[in-house]
Amino acid sequence: MSRLSYREGMRQALREALTGDPRVFLMGEDVGRYGGTYAVTKGLLDEFGPERVRDAPLSELAFVGAGVGAALGGMRPIVEVMTVNFSLLALDQIVNNAALYHHMSGGQFSVPLVIRMATGAGRQVAAQHSHSFENWYASIPGIKVLAPGTVEDARDMLAPALADPDPVVIFEHAQLYNTEADVPEARNTDIRSAAVRREGKTVSLITYGGSLPKTLQAATQLAEEGIAAEVVDLRVLRPLDMATILASVRKCRRAVVIDETWRTGSLAAEIVARIAEEAFYDLDAPPARVCSEEVPIPYAKHLEEAALPQPAKIVAAVKAALGR
Amino acid sequence: MIEFKLPSLGADMDRGKLLEWKVKPGDVIKRGQVVAVVDTSKAAVEVEIWQDGTLFEQLVPIGETVPVGTVLATLLEPGETPEQAASRKREAPAARPAPRLAPATAVAAAAVVAAPSAAPLAQRRPVSPAARRHASELNVDIDKVAGTGPHGAVTIEDVEKAAGRAAPADRYAEMRKAIAAAMSRSKREIPHYYLSETIPMQLAADWLARENEKRPVTERVLMGALQLKAVALALAKAPELNGFWLDGKFQAATGVHIGVAISIRQGGLIAPAIHDVDKKSLPELMRALSDLVSRARAGSLRSSEMSDPTITVTNLGEQGVEAVFGVIYPPQVALVGFGRIESRPWAENAALLAVPLVTASLSGDHRASDGIRGARFLAGLRERLQHPEEL
Repeated sequence: MSRLSYREGMRQALREALTGDPRVFLMGEDVGRYGGTYAVTKGLLDEFGPERVRDAPLSELAFVGAGVGAALGGMRPIVEVMTVNFSLLALDQIVNNAALYHHMSGGQFSVPLVIRMATGAGRQVAAQHSHSFENWYASIPGIKVLAPGTVEDARDMLAPALADPDPVVIFEHAQLYNTEADVPEARNTDIRSAAVRREGKTVSLITYGGSLPKTLQAATQLAEEGIAAEVVDLRVLRPLDMATILASVRKCRRAVVIDETWRTGSLAAEIVARIAEEAFYDLDAPPARVCSEEVPIPYAKHLEEAALPQPAKIVAAVKAALGR
Repeated sequence: MIEFKLPSLGADMDRGKLLEWKVKPGDVIKRGQVVAVVDTSKAAVEVEIWQDGTLFEQLVPIGETVPVGTVLATLLEPGETPEQAASRKREAPAARPAPRLAPATAVAAAAVVAAPSAAPLAQRRPVSPAARRHASELNVDIDKVAGTGPHGAVTIEDVEKAAGRAAPADRYAEMRKAIAAAMSRSKREIPHYYLSETIPMQLAADWLARENEKRPVTERVLMGALQLKAVALALAKAPELNGFWLDGKFQAATGVHIGVAISIRQGGLIAPAIHDVDKKSLPELMRALSDLVSRARAGSLRSSEMSDPTITVTNLGEQGVEAVFGVIYPPQVALVGFGRIESRPWAENAALLAVPLVTASLSGDHRASDGIRGARFLAGLRERLQHPEEL
């Protein structure tokens, strides 16, 4: 066991990747001299040099495209996009190139690219830096989408992502970087399955990433009121581990999906639809969602808090599903 | 018209709860077909039928508990028309089901009636999908159930309350009761005698090892199957151990159907039959044994397996005991036990050797057989196990 922060876990994974494979290099805005906007890559420039830790100009389209090219050329690039908000500039490279080359080339080319980006709100950095779009990425065939919600996953999901022959996008919720936990030395290399983080039998709370700690907090509060909530951490947003989700829903017969993206077209919407398609007759109440309010995420602290999923909202949604 | 009655699936069964119909009216049914699933106190058992016909009418609803002998359904005989059957039914009202067991179902009915039922509901009320399905399983009229869920929706819990169901029966406790009843009856009624014999297993073990080398891992035969076959063949010369004590006299069985004692992981014991063990080859027997054990533990046995073992074999060797002297399962008249196979000192041809030995025991019903017959059986069993190639 060792005590790590989410940030340190991520950094440890990057260091191990750079040490273990000469084809791996980092590229992104401020990843080198500044040490990363969220300080994840701090110290890596000194350790590995400017060839392998490369500061990129403020042009997401260009440096993500360079990453796609490097991957096609046999490298194993890890491209950092500062936040998902800015990744929209690079969408063409991700959606039209990285995700499609394997298909368009008839299987001749793979794009073993890893793109990391921060997502989410809660730090008063205003609308242009606070949105969550991982649901968009999770709708695209050809890429895998990961959302580590624990320190252990922050450390362990990078290596299997790099080993994957296809593009993998990793979403790191900005509010998680400072969370700390004791993590075992053993590595979990699974990037296929969801994990049950808390067992329960009355309601299944399905969530991921930055909403996981809030959901666990809500589950603790519900337990004090005699409601046994199960918490499922998706971990992988594409492809979804429906077996784990449905097993939990069938056991609990009620589902609340917590997701920080906007409600309309959210990942929660997709999950609720699949629950309705595949577990309808097991449901004892309509499935519910706790998502962000459909407003630009506000700057003011109290408004920002009001716009996001919070433990109190989760508790209220559970009680409504129970008719209490 | 053929009446399909609830069979007794063991001496300890006096009633059963219908869990599922596997056929519906109009289905053509063959002898040996599974037609229903019935819950005894031990397991959910698939009940077979022993006549050909066409299912005419199901007389017992799912979820109902009825005594053994109750007519569960009627069948048309080959050539019989529904009209003929209907007129015959009018003539003979005796074809109605036997009186139903009162307690559980009466409570359910009362609870359902007690719920508000004034006027037919004008508008559609919310009922959760799971509650609707559960209500049909329990035969509860959903319109008479009060809802307590979101927006007054009827939930599973509401349905269960309306059905007046207590907490689900504790299967382990039920099984314990059933074992207690059967074993108490055995010790009360059966004058047991006990014999044992030490059997050298070197030849059998060597032969089996050689045979298994030729087989893929999944088709290997265990010593337990070899022992079952030896018991079955040895019984040919001891017919008074294979059968039933019924109505004050012994009735020899026509086949050798060995009940195999299987412990259930959650606790308790069940001894369903493998049919015609004497006629099965060792690989067939091994497959039947594995299949029986896994189905017994999953709770999906067939009625014929439950009701007609003609003798029981218990093998506690794997649990490490040297010998087992079992209690006969009535109305059977004998039980054969095997202890563990273990290398022990053995004198042979004036030499002392270390030889794998097993203690085989016989518990016999002294009403049906005498010790000398039992002794001959055990001697025969020993001989059989010295010629494994003939098994």
